[in-house]
Amino acid sequence: METRDNPRSTVRSLFDPAIILPAIGGAFRKLDPRLMVRNPVMFVVEIVSLLVTILFLRDLIKGGADLKFSFQILAWLWITLLFANFAEAVAEGRGKAQAATLRKARTDARAKRLASPQDHRVELVPAAALRQGDLVFVETGDIIPSDGEIIEGVASVDESAITGESAPVIRESGGDRSAVTGGTRVLSDWIKVRITAAQGSTFLDRMIALVEGAQRQKTPNEIALNILLAGLSLIFVFAVATIPSFANYAGGEVSVIVLVALFVTLIPTTIGALLSAIGIAGMDRLVRFNVLAMSGRAVEAAGDVDTLLLDKTGTITLGNRQAAEFVPLAGVTARELADAAQLASLSDETPEGRSIVVLAKEKYGIRGRDMSELNAKFIPFSAYTRLSGIDAGASVIRKGAVDAVLAFVRSEAANPPPDAEGAAVAARSLVSEAAVHDLNASADRIAKLGGTPLAVAKDGRLLGVIYLKDIIKGGIRERFGALRQMGIRTVMITGDNPLTAAAIAAEAGVDDFLAQATPEAKLKLIRDEQAQGKLVAMCGDGTNDAPALAQADVGVAMNTGTMAAREAGNMVDLDSDPTKLIEIVEIGKQLLMTRGALTTFSIANDVAKYFAILPAMFVAFYPQLQSLNIMNLATPQSAILSAIIFNALIIVALIPLSLRGVAYRPVGAASILRRNLLIYGVGGLAVPFIGIKLIDLAVGAAGLA
Amino acid sequence: MTANGFIQIALYCVVVMLLVKPLGYYMTRVFNGERTFLSILLRPIERGLYFISGVREKEEQSWRGYGLAMLAFSLAGFLALYALQRLQAVLPFNPQQLDAVAPDLAFNTSVSFVTNTNWQSYVPETTMSYLTQMAGLTMHNFVSAATGIALAIALVRGFARRSVQTIGNFWVDMTRAVLYVLLPASIVVGLFLVWQGVPQNLNAYVEATTLEGAKQVIAQGPVASQEVIKELGTNGGGFFNANSAHPYENPNALTNFVQMVLIFSIGAALTNVFGRMVGKERQGWAIFAVMGILFLAGAFFVYGTESKGNPDFASLPIDAAAGPLQAGGNMEGKEVRFGIANSSLFTTVTTDASCGAVNTMHDSLLPLAGMIPMVNIMLGEIIFGGVGSGLYGMLLFAIVAVFVAGLMVGRTPEYLGKKIEAKEVKMAMLAILILPLSILGFTALAVVLPAGLSSLANAGPHGFSEALYAYTSATGNNGSAFAGISANTPFYNTTLGLAMWIGRFLFIVPMLAIAGSLASKKLVPASAGTFPTDGGLFVGLLIGVILIIGGLTFFPALALGPIEEHLALRAGDLF
Repeated sequence: METRDNPRSTVRSLFDPAIILPAIGGAFRKLDPRLMVRNPVMFVVEIVSLLVTILFLRDLIKGGADLKFSFQILAWLWITLLFANFAEAVAEGRGKAQAATLRKARTDARAKRLASPQDHRVELVPAAALRQGDLVFVETGDIIPSDGEIIEGVASVDESAITGESAPVIRESGGDRSAVTGGTRVLSDWIKVRITAAQGSTFLDRMIALVEGAQRQKTPNEIALNILLAGLSLIFVFAVATIPSFANYAGGEVSVIVLVALFVTLIPTTIGALLSAIGIAGMDRLVRFNVLAMSGRAVEAAGDVDTLLLDKTGTITLGNRQAAEFVPLAGVTARELADAAQLASLSDETPEGRSIVVLAKEKYGIRGRDMSELNAKFIPFSAYTRLSGIDAGASVIRKGAVDAVLAFVRSEAANPPPDAEGAAVAARSLVSEAAVHDLNASADRIAKLGGTPLAVAKDGRLLGVIYLKDIIKGGIRERFGALRQMGIRTVMITGDNPLTAAAIAAEAGVDDFLAQATPEAKLKLIRDEQAQGKLVAMCGDGTNDAPALAQADVGVAMNTGTMAAREAGNMVDLDSDPTKLIEIVEIGKQLLMTRGALTTFSIANDVAKYFAILPAMFVAFYPQLQSLNIMNLATPQSAILSAIIFNALIIVALIPLSLRGVAYRPVGAASILRRNLLIYGVGGLAVPFIGIKLIDLAVGAAGLA
Repeated sequence: MTANGFIQIALYCVVVMLLVKPLGYYMTRVFNGERTFLSILLRPIERGLYFISGVREKEEQSWRGYGLAMLAFSLAGFLALYALQRLQAVLPFNPQQLDAVAPDLAFNTSVSFVTNTNWQSYVPETTMSYLTQMAGLTMHNFVSAATGIALAIALVRGFARRSVQTIGNFWVDMTRAVLYVLLPASIVVGLFLVWQGVPQNLNAYVEATTLEGAKQVIAQGPVASQEVIKELGTNGGGFFNANSAHPYENPNALTNFVQMVLIFSIGAALTNVFGRMVGKERQGWAIFAVMGILFLAGAFFVYGTESKGNPDFASLPIDAAAGPLQAGGNMEGKEVRFGIANSSLFTTVTTDASCGAVNTMHDSLLPLAGMIPMVNIMLGEIIFGGVGSGLYGMLLFAIVAVFVAGLMVGRTPEYLGKKIEAKEVKMAMLAILILPLSILGFTALAVVLPAGLSSLANAGPHGFSEALYAYTSATGNNGSAFAGISANTPFYNTTLGLAMWIGRFLFIVPMLAIAGSLASKKLVPASAGTFPTDGGLFVGLLIGVILIIGGLTFFPALALGPIEEHLALRAGDLF
């Protein structure tokens, strides 16, 4: 995943002492059984550890055998618990550091409250005293006291406190950029804001709570996984609790501490210890990506998304169209058309206009000319004529929509300007039906290609058409291809007509499109998809997007959007970058994959642990079972100790993976599964055999058992 | 191992596989309520039955309704069978004038036949009257098997349906299973068995004089009719004590072959029914492959181990090599008629499916070979398994496998378009928990209590295996035994009865809850991002999950039983 240059993400390296040190303290605090009970597997470990501690103390006082061995097992049991807590504390620590930064933005600003929109007298009140519906006046240098909607004025606002982006943004009344966030600062001008959030539930407050993990609730998938882990633990209770009876039949005995060691190594402590860290880290990855998920449920849903609705403009195409080709009519050279088009666009400062100048220069080497030298008058675009152009001396050049240019040329021919008699007579013969037909044919072809045709006429003579093209963002086609491999269908939403939309859709490589989209059509599309059992993600910013955002399973509201949109979605993108939807999906998938990988790993580990502990347990009364000691561990005690040490150390070893997440590749489910099964399933079988053997050698060398 | 042995095992596999599609097609039509070639004959009978019993055919049940009907039916069957055994002395068809069955044995036997286990603590020919055998035991062989099939169909409907609350009508499914599937096959194959020499009469036992001049009582009875459903319904309860090793039950190699085919036929075909009902036969074949691989591994392991024979014989002047005149290997407890290959195959087949019929004494298998039947049952009787129960047990493991590994593709796990969420995981784990709880729990009791220890015929790990096998067999509703154990004691009759009850019904209730929950879910359309569950990868994964989650739990117990016995045998210690 690309890392963005963001001031808030630079501090948080994995082993930052600022996070590690408090986490060590946190690991001890989290031993509190009331906190522990949230995690069934580790809670069970805590109970048996307490039990063993009591037995050990009894043996210590009464004088039992093998105290050194018992103590080591005991110590490693508690270390296992501490490692688990440490993992969670580290994950939380990263969020806490972010929350601290955010808190700085929530100052005790005083607000200038207005009695009414007309009344300009202000009353200074503490920001905390503001209620929903209050009006405040905010001017240059002021901090916006709470979330609200601008009802009057326009201002540039520094939102770096929440977005990390230092470039100011424009906020104005009316339209889709009217929302302001408490804690941000007005840099210039003034605005009147109607407060929309109650104190304590502002955007900033929610953001702090989210990144701190204070309100973290288990997600549906996490709950299901916890049930599986609890069930597995219970199965191993039966497996281990019946051993004393079996051993008794065989004329032997197995000590409680050895049974506990077997039990703790068998139950899925690895995933149990790391489960909540994985969840927290998933949220944290989103936050660092400048996306705020309002719930973990939304992050999980992102991984499940089947259909992605994407706006054309800004997401699939660059905002502006560009000239791509000059299409002359019969009898006109391309150079002639390019020359006229360039002249007509010299003073056109729109991106389209500039792109025409550039294209003529690049293709035909026609250099831009000075307007004053030509004694030319620029005719700007007007909504009435839908034309722009230039009057240079006797030359009249116009460019514009095909029908507008045709109408212009025909009216010119009917009413020739008095000073240009000769030209008009010539023109009349030039507007032939053949030329019109030719022009319309070219225009249709361009529309079918997804472009916008721009007709050009000079002195009443039709020259041809400029092909204005929607520019598809670089690499977007590959990204859609990747999404398709992931099984996600992309649907382009556009206001264009179906013909143009189809052409752009084909070029961008989206699977489907919704042309001439209205908010109602969008909402209907989402509902239809959901009726087929699909999960839909979309992003939006306008108030009219709010119903669709609320209906979508993953609704990403742009931070620049209206308050209504931000309330309706379940994620907010602080950078207001609609393409991020794709990364959000990836982060959701990564979260689930990490959980699955570590669960598989944890369960696969059990095979080796059985082979370490069982022979050690039974060899006293059935010496032949030594053959099961396939790792050839030195002594029964060192075998048991090695297994439990491995079990504890693997937790720490996997903390970075659980925080970073399993690498995600946009390939089909089958190949992801094959790869992950190989790494975490087969690897999970093999790694502990090697690990336990190595620890056994170390334990032997250190003389611990 | 001989070429002849391999060919026979291969032939067996081919015949079973050839049956899968036609039988799967037929059963799919039956349970979808569509016309079959037998409808013209059976439909009027079916309607008549519904009319008499007041079953409204079109009325479907929720999973609770379905489960309650099944439980009520089983309870009624249990009580009736108990009464029949206790009263058999005063009822007709009792030419040997056998006494009423003792209460603890009658309890055990009733549970045993209601749960499709057919654990037999008794010697049938000296305990059960013809009436008890026919109206009680054989009847339950039909309905308990039909119950299993109905339950499997209910779970499959859970996968196949979308956004509904009902999973079918228990009475209808059960009736159809008996009428369209079990009965026609039983009549046809029953007549075949009679032709091959299996008796079918109500005569008193015959007294014969042997060549040596000794007197021998030869038991008679309606054997063929019970024999066929014993295999077809994976019941396993023999008409005679020696079960399929008895020449009247299993006279020759051909009947032996047919019996083995019968055991797997419905279980294997149900995978195809599953595939058809969920709309993709490949899904069924994937499940079939998992079962097939586990079966072949077990079969060849037993065959290989038994062919090598007892290592302790190596130093003795015994020729244990296979040759034209002898099967070679370990022939203890085996019929000369069947030899090593067919005995090993039968052993694996009968324990893969929760049949429990035997043509070999499992007690006499070499330790490691004897471990295979145990493992087969411990895994939950899912390798083709009991009729119906094999499929629903396997599907629960599939749910767990999909949940564990399905997360690794980065989506909420889904199986056949149904999201696997907390409820399904909870219920699947509850069901799977039952196996170690009952098997290990009861064994732990039996091997410390004097009442349990006194029944074991052997000492050391072999004695342990006997107790372990008994509770494994009972919990898995298999019914076969390590013959050394004397199970007809109040302690074993009661605890084994409980184990059978727990193993059957405590597994079924959560399974039905899953069926209900799945049926009410929407169907998520498959895409490239969906975990593919019809390929080799899934097959391998499912096998891994079954072995690790289903099997590893029993590793300590197996280490102290057959594994230790094997190691001791190699060291020359016998038990």
